[in-house]
Amino acid sequence: MANIPVTPLLAMIRKDLQLFFSDRRSVIVSFVVPIAIGAFFGSIFSGPGDNAEPARIAIAVIDQDGSAISKAIVTGLQSDRNLKVATPAEAEARDAVKRGRTAVGVIIPKNFGDAAGKAFFGGGAKPDVNLVYDPSRNTELAMVRGIMTQHIMDAVSREMFGGAMGKQYVEKSLPEIESSKMPAEQKAVLLQLLRSVQGVYNQPAGAGGRPQGVTMPYAVHEEAMTAGSNVAYNGYAHSFAGMGIQFLLFAMANLGVEMLLERQRGLWRRLRSAPVSRFTLLTGKAASGSIISFLILTVCFAFAMIVFKVRIQGSVVGFLGVAIACSIMASSFGLLVAALGNSPATARGITTLAVLMMVMLGGAWVPTFVFPAWLQQFTLIVPVRWAVDGLDATTWRGVGLAGALAPIGVLLAFAAAFGALAASRFKWEEA
Amino acid sequence: MLTINHLRKSYGPLVAVDDVSFSVERGQLVGLLGPNGAGKTTTVSMVAGLVTPDTGDVLVGGAALRGDTDPKKRQIGLVPQDLALYDELSARANLRFFGALYDLSGAALDKAIAAALELVGLADRERDLVKTFSGGMKRRLNLAAGLLHDPDILLLDEPTVGVDPQSRNAIFDNLEELKRRGKALLYTTHYMEEVERLADRIVVIDHGGVIADDTLSGLLNGDGSRSALEAETRPRTLEAVFLTLTGRSLRD
Repeated sequence: MANIPVTPLLAMIRKDLQLFFSDRRSVIVSFVVPIAIGAFFGSIFSGPGDNAEPARIAIAVIDQDGSAISKAIVTGLQSDRNLKVATPAEAEARDAVKRGRTAVGVIIPKNFGDAAGKAFFGGGAKPDVNLVYDPSRNTELAMVRGIMTQHIMDAVSREMFGGAMGKQYVEKSLPEIESSKMPAEQKAVLLQLLRSVQGVYNQPAGAGGRPQGVTMPYAVHEEAMTAGSNVAYNGYAHSFAGMGIQFLLFAMANLGVEMLLERQRGLWRRLRSAPVSRFTLLTGKAASGSIISFLILTVCFAFAMIVFKVRIQGSVVGFLGVAIACSIMASSFGLLVAALGNSPATARGITTLAVLMMVMLGGAWVPTFVFPAWLQQFTLIVPVRWAVDGLDATTWRGVGLAGALAPIGVLLAFAAAFGALAASRFKWEEA
Repeated sequence: MLTINHLRKSYGPLVAVDDVSFSVERGQLVGLLGPNGAGKTTTVSMVAGLVTPDTGDVLVGGAALRGDTDPKKRQIGLVPQDLALYDELSARANLRFFGALYDLSGAALDKAIAAALELVGLADRERDLVKTFSGGMKRRLNLAAGLLHDPDILLLDEPTVGVDPQSRNAIFDNLEELKRRGKALLYTTHYMEEVERLADRIVVIDHGGVIADDTLSGLLNGDGSRSALEAETRPRTLEAVFLTLTGRSLRD
């Protein structure tokens, strides 16, 4: 390794920092934009805070039946904390879904309660519940379907085991079944079931109370696995990590493009004519790039800490290690752009695409768990994935230094590979 | 001071420079002339250490130049044809940076900056951003950056391209002053009148080789190194000599 003279090296770093901060547009793009976008994504992915209500899914319920069961279903849906229920006319509901104002319209048809009661004991055809939905909101449709199933089962079973409608149905059904021609064994089982239900109806209200129908046989206790049992998940930690990395990569790609412009403007000839080694020239660029990258990440996280209460819940040393390794990786990526780029214009276009691909696959926009399994494995070859995972680990996941070592090592390996490739492909000679 | 010995450089099948030899002494300005693609820039690039010759040597004070970090490179200053300056920095910040590349710092750097700016007449504009300068001012600052570290040899690659007569004249005065200080100047240009005014010797290159190396009067009197001159009616201007030596076909 060459002996690096300090004065030229410091001069190169200072010059690059002066140039970076003299370009107001670069500064805004590198510092302000990631904060703005990080705040936006953070507000989306954070989920409800301690005191905040969850975002409710807007649905419309049209009760064309008007039975005790359908009324109970509507009441159940209206009381659900995940739903915002409106009860318009059918045409109005369909229009609201079509215009995207409502995710799902639930239409309970006439005679639903009666048919559902019969179907409950297996004695009749199952009635339809019609759902009209916005096809761009499939996730919400799935949630509404699940919530609705719970409330329908609850309403039907409660009515069938404890309501007037259920009692009527049992009393009417017993003689019909006794006189029916169904197989004797099946008839006996069904009669036994209905007589048991009748026995329940005839119990005096009191000690045990009236049965409340079928209920969920378990209760759920949820615990978010964050840095600690009393530490809430802060989505801003992830969004600021992602956006910070994205924009420091853009800044470093721009550094590479600037090197190509320096070559085009003859500046590189002047630099090369000085008694300074190639290693020093590249090291100077890498150092200034790393400092700028680290500043971008630092400012992003400082803002997130002050405004959005993001905290380094894990190892501070690990966090700094990941941030520094990520900065060096990004800086060496900039050198690679300068080494492989033919002209500033083409390099700018290609690197913009490359950066966007890296941050998209690396989970900087959305967490990688939403990717298919094969893609989650594939993205391990993307350095941004390690940077995002490393910063997530040391912030909201609260992982210690040991958990940051793998991301640090991999990011430094990427930096070494990019740097070596850049040094070997850099066009040093120019006549 | 500067001796170029049998330099050769080829790029694949293309021989850009072939067995070029000449020298530049202290206090002397040598004009390097040649049509486009003749090999001038490649020759200057090899002298500046930007391009490694296939064969041959560049001798600085009698010792061969070797490698990027050879301390003898400190004795060479390059004034490239391009305005190799950072527009977003001040004149002073530019010079601070270029001076630091030659390991200048502190008071020595400040003194060098002051002297260079004084020489090119930009002392009162040192804190202004380069992007506010006129073309002529940028050319003069470009020259100042090349001589900031007080080199013994100055390589000037078309240093007056695109400047007005006043700035060109100022640059000529600067070069005369540098000659008086004993600097060895290698001056590449397409402007014959500049060489006529400034050069102590003229080297003409074409197709990668030296085809004439003489004083202005030597070339004008036809007793130069090229016998082809003798076949022509004796020319009376340097341009006529140049066209006789290199031909009239277009070079692009």
